[in-house]
Amino acid sequence: MSLMSLADLTVFRGRRAVVTGATLAVAPGEVVGLVGPNGAGKTSLLRGALGLLPVRGRASLAALPPAVRARAAAFLPQTREIAWPVTVEDLVALGRLPHRAPGAGLAAADRAAVAAALAAVGLAPLARCRATELSGGEQARALLARALAQETPLLLADEPVAGLDPAAQLAAMATFRALAGRGRAVLVSLHDLGLAVRHCTRLVLMAGGRILADGPPAAVLTPAALAEVFGVRAYFAQTPEGPVFQPLEVVA
Amino acid sequence: MSYGALLAALALAVAALFAASLLVGPAGLPPGASLRALFGAEGRALVLVMQEIRLPRAILAAAIGAGLGLAGAAMQGVLRNPLAEPGLLGVSSAAALGAVLALQTGLAAAFAPALPLAALTGAALAAVLMLGLAGPRSGALGLILAGVALSALGGALLSLALNLSPNPFAAAEAVFWMMGSLRDRSMLHVVLALPFLAAGAVLLAAAARGLDALTLGEDAAAGMGVRPGRLRLLVVAGTAATVGAATAVAGAVGFVGLVVPHLVRRAAGGLPSRVLPAAALGGAAMLLAADLATRLIAPDRDLKLGVLTALVGAPFFLHLVLRLRREGAG
Repeated sequence: MSLMSLADLTVFRGRRAVVTGATLAVAPGEVVGLVGPNGAGKTSLLRGALGLLPVRGRASLAALPPAVRARAAAFLPQTREIAWPVTVEDLVALGRLPHRAPGAGLAAADRAAVAAALAAVGLAPLARCRATELSGGEQARALLARALAQETPLLLADEPVAGLDPAAQLAAMATFRALAGRGRAVLVSLHDLGLAVRHCTRLVLMAGGRILADGPPAAVLTPAALAEVFGVRAYFAQTPEGPVFQPLEVVA
Repeated sequence: MSYGALLAALALAVAALFAASLLVGPAGLPPGASLRALFGAEGRALVLVMQEIRLPRAILAAAIGAGLGLAGAAMQGVLRNPLAEPGLLGVSSAAALGAVLALQTGLAAAFAPALPLAALTGAALAAVLMLGLAGPRSGALGLILAGVALSALGGALLSLALNLSPNPFAAAEAVFWMMGSLRDRSMLHVVLALPFLAAGAVLLAAAARGLDALTLGEDAAAGMGVRPGRLRLLVVAGTAATVGAATAVAGAVGFVGLVVPHLVRRAAGGLPSRVLPAAALGGAAMLLAADLATRLIAPDRDLKLGVLTALVGAPFFLHLVLRLRREGAG
């Protein structure tokens, strides 16, 4: 049983097709890394999958009514926006909106989800601070906690670790793996291929709006694909410390 | 201060100002007798003053102030911009245009309710245009641009109407009307305005939850089950009903919708769903106070309400800007 499936999906931004013919399924227990150079269509694929952009083809989540979809999948957009001076706690509690009846306050389950999400990103001590007064990285973690608090079977995260310090990056990836370990799944777009190969169970490589490869990291990030798609040469080895990936140089 | 305490303090302020609004006036009536007259238990003249003059004025000040505060908070929420205000939609300038046309054509002189009715018609036309323009695909920027265009058009037609006015007195009458006032308003005005203000409040209250989600941007909100297009329509319709009714009976009263949400936002905790009720109470308090001030500062000069709210509102806003700069928050 898959938590999300796309079949021959074409995503439009205006009249232009920015993703074409994408077929993809995410099953429970997976951390799927979405990789590809800038402009590959990663964000458009995620937004199209949720029905936030016009699509042709089949997207299981886009077919759901918004209120139902919000309990099936959480979305963490790339753009980090906090419009008003709300506390971190209140911000994270926004993730509980899909679970609450209109007008209802936070139930015990909501409070537990908020506390767990804050703990997962290490922001419990800052719960009562205003989110707008935190550093950029702390804001990113607070927004991730909001998506975690939504407690959906599937999490779609668009570059959630960009701009985080190394410890926070590793903690975020560990959180994703822990979610997968509990039978949920994460589809995460990443530019850091080193993190991708170590923490994702599967990689999906995109370029030019198409999915070029889909499989285990070592099968996807081949020297040929790296040269052709990313224009780089990289060191990629299985070590006693696990897989290690380091881009080395730009190739012509 | 906790959120509950904030609401309680604001509600107390509204109650006190409402009472003061009933008890202050050129007739200089004794307070005890005035309040009894409100319920019809005094001499006929006193009952008339209280029930026909002061009560509608106080009700309108409270209801319009609350509506403008609510609409301002909702507009700022939906556009995620602290500079947004209810007048942005162009509905108020269209309502003013309707009112000025009623004055210029002599309709208002022949048939008193013609003025608010014409203003409501203008507001309704503008609202329909805005709702058409602010469709699901237009986005926040589209909404702002449509509002700017409509405001500019309304302003230009208003200038044209003044330009072509039959005589200088007609022009002066229109200009004075546009400055906004609650003087000599009757229960008829209350009956005309309240249904729209109430409908507007219901629509805006229904938007509160979606506005909370929108704090994190449209995509994040959509991911939490909000339909941003539907939310925009809700806020546009609610604001149009509120501002249309407010302008129709009180003229242009600026700055309340812009300033009040700022005054209460931090104390209310920032989330639109909490700012909305606080801004409604704050708006009611501010307009009641401003209307009282027009009666106390220059009782015989007919000081205009809109002039006063702008005079008080602008320095308040400057103060907020300075505070923002001190705190170093952008």
